[in-house]
Amino acid sequence: MTDPRLLLLSEKDNVLVVCRRIEAGETVLVGGHAQVLEKTVALGHKLARRAIAAGEKIVKYGTPIGSATRAIAPGEHVHVHNLKSDYTRTHVIAEAGS
Amino acid sequence: MTGAPILGYLRPDGRKGIRNIVVVAYLVECAHHVGREIVSHFRGGQVHLIGFPGCFPNPYAQKMMDRLCTHPNVGAVLLLSLGCESFNKFSLSRTVAASGRPVATLTIQENGGTLSTIADGIGWVEQYLEELDRVPRVPMDPGELIVGTICGGSDGTSGITGNPAAGLAFDRLVEAGAACIFEETGELIGCEEIMADRAVTPELGDELRASVAKAARYYATLGYGSFAPGNADGGLSTIEEKSLGAYAKSGSSPISGLIKPGDIPPKGGLYLMDVVPDGDVRFGFPNISDNAEIVELIASGCHLTLFVTGRGSVSGSAIAPVIKICANPETYRRLPGDMDVDAGRILDGAATLPEVGDEIFDLVVAVANGQATKSEQLGHREFILTYKTFEPIGPSCLPA
Repeated sequence: MTDPRLLLLSEKDNVLVVCRRIEAGETVLVGGHAQVLEKTVALGHKLARRAIAAGEKIVKYGTPIGSATRAIAPGEHVHVHNLKSDYTRTHVIAEAGS
Repeated sequence: MTGAPILGYLRPDGRKGIRNIVVVAYLVECAHHVGREIVSHFRGGQVHLIGFPGCFPNPYAQKMMDRLCTHPNVGAVLLLSLGCESFNKFSLSRTVAASGRPVATLTIQENGGTLSTIADGIGWVEQYLEELDRVPRVPMDPGELIVGTICGGSDGTSGITGNPAAGLAFDRLVEAGAACIFEETGELIGCEEIMADRAVTPELGDELRASVAKAARYYATLGYGSFAPGNADGGLSTIEEKSLGAYAKSGSSPISGLIKPGDIPPKGGLYLMDVVPDGDVRFGFPNISDNAEIVELIASGCHLTLFVTGRGSVSGSAIAPVIKICANPETYRRLPGDMDVDAGRILDGAATLPEVGDEIFDLVVAVANGQATKSEQLGHREFILTYKTFEPIGPSCLPA
């Protein structure tokens, strides 16, 4: 049972894609667990589908897109702060990055 | 065959175009102003400005200009030289003339300077615009098209809506016999194995893998991947994630070949364009912005380009139309005047992927038949060409 605002692209994935913006303080349903979001998560971003260990591959489209740099809780925002490329580093502008 | 026949423009070399334009080409930045003034005189008309800014010789730039000036959408070419630059204007002029197109070269230093060259250029273009009206129109099947695809300003929606929808349109075009080209090996990092499995021969699969490995090395040396801060704002976290979304543009057809910029696909099918230079890292980033990629697709014969955007690119191109497919429903609501296709409706549940794929296919046929895209209506004619170095493709790249 998963929130309709979240999209699962492949059964192998450990992340869900946000297909409608979710505001801070709203509750999302991830794998049957209710999670309150600390920060607003915009369209196209990812939330953890389950608990992910530090160093574990993040899987989207059924394929690894990088590795977790620390432990990630179910429903937590997965992005440049806790996910790094296994190829080349990601360049973000501090003010714009989140 | 599929779709209504298109009414194309038959060129003396036998190729068919979907637009009928005069190209004004400056051969060094010093001739750019004169070219811009000539083209400005025909504002709104079918006169497009292209050029190469560098004063040092470069075989890649020479090949690109050869291909662009003999593109099937082009009917006549005016070359603008300052007079002391390294670009081989004689060779380019011979290539254009050999293709059966009218061509003239104005050399500013020998033509009395800026004002008289602008006046002479305007006169030449006026004369050949009239001649273009007499270019024969012939039926053209969608299977005769060459179509490119790129993505720019990608975000977390691109790989879910716009790119897979473009991929479905590519599948239909390939099935109809068209040649379709996807590119940017630097944005296929992480996809090399799944892509190699689609090659028509194992040897081509090895070439595809090698092209992505080359891109990974090249970008590692430069210190940046093909990844802009806006990609991260839009929810993409790594180059692999961006790549997997971008890869969806290629659809599901077998991969028939690997080409480099300016190589024209020998027959229908799906082709990967290797855009990363060969040899040592020189001249900086492979493609400094989206339009550099579009120009390379056009040089490889693309009649038009599908451009999938999430954050909202507004670009068009000189020479060949650009169809903009907006992946993100929020972006579409902000920039409706710039977008041709609202693929983000898929996320709103208002359309399915196959419906949007069919919409893109139908739009390709309509645009090929003369319908102006949004960027054409708005007068977008971006163009950029910079220095690169390529070796010819290997023998396994185009299996028989």
